[in-house]
Amino acid sequence: MAHSAWPEWIYVGVVIALMCWVGAEAWEAERLVEHYPEDAHVIKVTGQQWFWTFEHEDGTKEIGELHVETGKAYKFEVTSKDVNHSFNIHDYVVLMDAIPGRVNHVWFAPDKAGEHDIQCREYCGLIHYNMRGKLIVEDPSS
Amino acid sequence: MVLELQKPRPIWQIMFSTHHTDVGLLYLIMSLGFLFLGGALALAIRAELFLPGSQIIGDAMTFNRMFTVHGTTLIFLFIIPFASAVGNYFVPIMVRYKDMAYPKLNAIAFWLIPPAGALIWLGFADFTWYATPPYSIISAPGPAADMWIFGLKILGISSILGSINFVVTIMRCKHPDMSLGQVPLLAWSFLTSSLIILVAMPTFAAALLMLLTDRLGVSGFFNPAMGGDPIAYAHLFWFTFHPEVYVLVIPAIGMMYEIIPRFSRKPIHSYQSGITAFVLLSIVGFSSWAHHMYATGMSFTEKTVFMVGTLAAVPASALHVFNFVATMWNSRIRFSTPMMWAIGGIALFFSAGAGGVANAAMPLDFTTHDTYWVVGHFHLFVMGTIAFGSIGYLYYMYPYVTGRMYNETMGKVHFVMSFIGTVMVFFTQHVLGLYGMPRRIYDYPPIPEWITMNQIASIGAMIIGVSMAIFLANMIYSAGKGKPANIEDPFGVGGRYYYPFEAKNPHH
Ligand code: HEM
Ligand SMILES: [Cu+2]
Ligand SMILES: [Cu+2]
Repeated sequence: MAHSAWPEWIYVGVVIALMCWVGAEAWEAERLVEHYPEDAHVIKVTGQQWFWTFEHEDGTKEIGELHVETGKAYKFEVTSKDVNHSFNIHDYVVLMDAIPGRVNHVWFAPDKAGEHDIQCREYCGLIHYNMRGKLIVEDPSS
Repeated sequence: MVLELQKPRPIWQIMFSTHHTDVGLLYLIMSLGFLFLGGALALAIRAELFLPGSQIIGDAMTFNRMFTVHGTTLIFLFIIPFASAVGNYFVPIMVRYKDMAYPKLNAIAFWLIPPAGALIWLGFADFTWYATPPYSIISAPGPAADMWIFGLKILGISSILGSINFVVTIMRCKHPDMSLGQVPLLAWSFLTSSLIILVAMPTFAAALLMLLTDRLGVSGFFNPAMGGDPIAYAHLFWFTFHPEVYVLVIPAIGMMYEIIPRFSRKPIHSYQSGITAFVLLSIVGFSSWAHHMYATGMSFTEKTVFMVGTLAAVPASALHVFNFVATMWNSRIRFSTPMMWAIGGIALFFSAGAGGVANAAMPLDFTTHDTYWVVGHFHLFVMGTIAFGSIGYLYYMYPYVTGRMYNETMGKVHFVMSFIGTVMVFFTQHVLGLYGMPRRIYDYPPIPEWITMNQIASIGAMIIGVSMAIFLANMIYSAGKGKPANIEDPFGVGGRYYYPFEAKNPHH
């Protein structure tokens, strides 16, 4: 059956253009996200079945809870002691897999005092569902 | 005329047969059995998540085993064998050959599946459908985990044998008068999906063996404690299983290519672009696997490469949608049950693809990855597109298999309920993901938004469950008592039903 092909070409053209646009926006946004601030404080994050441990630059350790201050940037060094986990603060779009034998990086800069959930987003066994913690953002004390 | 269920034959005659329609019938019945088994697990999972706290499943381990076996069952024991059923029935007829190219191999490929299914169900492993190390090596309880590995190994062999058969049947056994450019699109869908399997599956087969020896402690490929790397497994797994998602979806699209023109009473808008889209998908599908791994710590460049690879496959999927819509445009559509399923499936295919594009855009994926968004995304494919296309096709081939008609009203009620249920479950799960609910969790904190969304999803699942009971009743009852089909044109759409059905291959 004879039919004209141009609507199909236009359609494919539109889809390709849309994909190029999505790709370009995503590329640009990800590039900015991956630009680590130089003065970021390093926090070592270790996942293990089934809790999170945090170690600040000054050596203080916290389990299950993480205290940070507004106005500072933090760089997480994420790893695991046993199986894969995924370190997640959903409210700040912080997500990075915790993989034994590797150290992955992700950063964030909290802007408002408050409490946020920390959770594990990669299946890690029996209590995966409750591998949760709290992020506590405070205004600088001084 | 030879119709399977019209002339009763002893069951063993069908079981030991190598005739393509008999093997097709075995595939059909087995895959539907697993559809209901896997579906029952889904209902239990949804009931558990109706409220925070423990509901009907006593402990987290049982829950984890249930979603693992649910996913494994519906992908490997329903979707793939169902497609094989359709392929067995129709590919030889479409290429006008007397049987599959290797009938014995065909029967062997089928008979590998029940033992594999038994291993998976009797083991009831808990390490999710991708068995990620090191969890699967050092933490997952045996013998369930080992039984799952063996089960998958056998299924891999079965699908490789099946694929060889389809490729040879189509390429070598088609009627000499018929060029490849005349083979119906459904047969093309089997050709392309089988070729994908042949290229993709060996990688996973190797990874499974390595996983097994790692579990036995004789190697440490993926075990960091022995110098191995779990990320290597993720690459091997997704190198197989991203292309595999096209293996699942392509035959379902092929089935829609049979249904849509037939019930639009118009030839397909463009046969050529259907082929082009199949071939493109099967090639470009290999360039996107690590979009499942954005959060594993890949470099910016790696992520960009796989994002581009993923987006590059989208126009090919979109071509199919155009083809369907253009075929239905300005046509006299007959809204029989198969057509309703196909149209619903196309609508959900479109929504699923839109969600997939969001996953592919790397910064957005850090919001959606491993949340319920992803569960919603791929279920719009596996349920909304593939199961819808398959069930629509089952209604369509029903008169062909049984010589009788199903009950049309029940078929339509089945569709309407399933469609509403599917939207309720899987659109809602996208929203749940945006609220941050991780997937694969047995229990969740009582966050009001999470509770509401989970309840909508659970009610949707129950609606699907009820509709499936109606479906089962319809299939069983009508096979014996349905009104005899007018086999020339059972749906009253004009033209011949199917391929010259007198030409149906005699039993040998
Ligand atoms: C428009 C085409 C598609 C795009 C752009 C797309 C994109 C994606 C992306 C980026 C992910 C990773 C999400 C994440 O884990 O964060 C994903 C997951 C997934 N997709 Fe798609 N996809 C498409 C089509 C399909 C099709 C046709 C299927 C067929 C069945 C499918 C099945 C899946 C499955 C099973 C997963 C998740 C696997 C898992 O983590 O358990 N997708 N998709
Ligand atoms: Cu975890
Ligand atoms: Cu994928």
